[in-house]
Amino acid sequence: MPVDLKQKDVMGGHRKDEVLDIDHSPSFFKRGWMNTPVDILPSMHCFACEPARLKVVDFPNPRQWSVMDEDWKLPKDWNKIVMDAFGDRLDRFRTLKLFMDICVRCGACADKCHFFIGSADPKNMPVMRAELIRSVYRRNYTIAGKVFGKLAGARDLTYDVLKEWWYYLYQCSECRRCSVFCPYGIDTADITIIGRELTNLLGLNIDWIAAPVAFCYRTGNHLGIQPHAYKGMLEFFQDELEDVTGVRVEPSYNRKGAEVLFITPSGDVFADPGTFTCMGYMALFHELGIDITWSTYASEGGNFGLFTSHEMMKRLNSKMYLEAKRLGVKWILGGECGHMWRVINQYMATMNYDLTEGTKLETPVSPITGTRFENSSGTKMVHICEFTADLIRHGKLKLDPSRNDNLKVTYHDSCNPARAMGLMEEPRYVINNVCNHFYEMPPTTIREQTFCCGGGSGLNAGEDVELRMRGGLPRANAVRYVHDKYGVNMLSCICAIDRAVFPDLMKYWVPECEVTGVHEMVANAMVLEGEKKRTVDYRGEPLPGMEDAEDV
Amino acid sequence: MSSIMSLADLLAQKKSPIVKKWCEVVVQTYPEGGQSFLKTKKNQFSNPVGHTIAEGIESIYDELLKGAKSDKIPLSIDNILRVRAVQDFFPSRAVDFVFGLKKVIRKELGKEILKEGISEEWAEFESRIDDLALLSFDVYMQCRQKVFDIRVSAVKNQSHKLLKMAGLAYDLPENYESPDYEGGLKEGQTHLSE
Repeated sequence: MPVDLKQKDVMGGHRKDEVLDIDHSPSFFKRGWMNTPVDILPSMHCFACEPARLKVVDFPNPRQWSVMDEDWKLPKDWNKIVMDAFGDRLDRFRTLKLFMDICVRCGACADKCHFFIGSADPKNMPVMRAELIRSVYRRNYTIAGKVFGKLAGARDLTYDVLKEWWYYLYQCSECRRCSVFCPYGIDTADITIIGRELTNLLGLNIDWIAAPVAFCYRTGNHLGIQPHAYKGMLEFFQDELEDVTGVRVEPSYNRKGAEVLFITPSGDVFADPGTFTCMGYMALFHELGIDITWSTYASEGGNFGLFTSHEMMKRLNSKMYLEAKRLGVKWILGGECGHMWRVINQYMATMNYDLTEGTKLETPVSPITGTRFENSSGTKMVHICEFTADLIRHGKLKLDPSRNDNLKVTYHDSCNPARAMGLMEEPRYVINNVCNHFYEMPPTTIREQTFCCGGGSGLNAGEDVELRMRGGLPRANAVRYVHDKYGVNMLSCICAIDRAVFPDLMKYWVPECEVTGVHEMVANAMVLEGEKKRTVDYRGEPLPGMEDAEDV
Repeated sequence: MSSIMSLADLLAQKKSPIVKKWCEVVVQTYPEGGQSFLKTKKNQFSNPVGHTIAEGIESIYDELLKGAKSDKIPLSIDNILRVRAVQDFFPSRAVDFVFGLKKVIRKELGKEILKEGISEEWAEFESRIDDLALLSFDVYMQCRQKVFDIRVSAVKNQSHKLLKMAGLAYDLPENYESPDYEGGLKEGQTHLSE
């Protein structure tokens, strides 16, 4: 049967009239960017959210809709809803007002976004992404924009403009690399955050964000894992750990009176290779013998509320302090996660400060070394890399880094810990103490200039693989470089989304490289009290020199 | 110009403008607002796509001149198409730049080719470019196939894990041995009736 080339799905969703008119130089600025309507392509966006997800958290305008449909079934007064909310946020957030006004379009940010670098789509330049919204701001809030319209870079919010907003707001991973280069300090991620808040008011959310929000609200974590299943997974890890090390660890759950509460992203509990990192935490706590408890209620470190609205972020975050209060702990230890630490470090201590009243929370002190974490006196929460680096510094862990000698490791600075809390030395200090072969990627791709994995801010869905493959290209390209130069075969990171996104990214760009969390390597190198002769690592792979061991 | 110039000599002599224009052919397939970025910066880490194009095109051109037998051609083609396979291109648009080389050379050397009477050499070179186009399509499809594989394995892994967690699926252990039972197959036997 002959293929009908005009079928939309045959041609990968391109517009029908393009099919037989293959133009090799798409006219973008010929018509001007304002007159170039958005062309929504499959695999470059995430699916629309199911209405049930919105209903459970009282988000407005829940309905069944599809991104590829012409009609997004918007409420009749959608324009008024958005413009009213925009005005409200301009009043409430001085940052937004400033960011709308002060950009001089110098272009310093233009080529810093991984999505632009990987696609060359000009609307993925941070300045352009912001300009999509700024143009509507000018039209409604500046005299020049009101009088001169397009001549002053201003335009009305039309249906097409709204779709364009949506498409590009959900092609930004809020990684904030662009903000590092802005001479005015404009944080384009903040503009994305507000832009998404506005789309959220129209029920235009994506399922990969709305579902975790709903599950987190209802069950305590993104995946909707109920307490018994959460405990069941950790019990599974207990058995695995015992097989590997001969040591039986005994975590406790929801234990009142514990000194420390441990909160980590649920991805560590349920998604490989994060699960091996989770086993690493368990081994560490057991070895230290510290008074720590896991919670099946505050069973999620991540906070996808950040990708919907400030209010939802606050609402989901509240469970950390509420659980700390319920259990009566003195401080909270947090696992390896990305945006979780942005929320904690930049928002929690102020937005939910009132919830610390009546708790026993105090400035965290390591029960092993006595170190007082003054930097956490506001949040009462310590990052596990800080905690472990301090243990190593004080010689409290018995480590055999040669157990990781089969690994040639590089380290990806996960965006949020690096740029939102400046956590750059501690992970490196830990890695250098637990393995012998560590190689940095080029300086312009790490630390505060680190490239995003391409899947942050809720974009790590299954349906937008191509978007992530090209968004992750700059990061993968740097990994490829250290692989070719030094033989790097392990990409380490401290973010659950990284650990979910990188394995596929590596399969496409650097198939010789695997992915790990830092605490998987810590646990692998850690010599546990009473352990049996170790022959395999936490993945069941032979340790270096143990390839022929009988029980492998 | 000498009357005994071969096509290879001409192509080598004009390498610089031809490679430059061929790179432009590739860059022009991208949206206009992104082209200047791809063209102007060749830094391997800040502009990996522009760098891959510039480096790959030059390498392919050099190898085509040498007879197109080196392993470097598939590698360079892979580098360029691995990128284009996840960008907003039709398949035809993704690989079309290969044919662009013909146009560039005709424009740059058309008169000399006629003047030197080397059209047979040119025909042979053109067929090398055709072979390159076929190779490109294969590589493009391999990259697309990889994307599809990634999608499928993600779904499979997720659903299998859920089934296992729900106690609905059971994995055979690695050291699984078939149970011994009377009347079972003996060594070398393939059917019970044997």
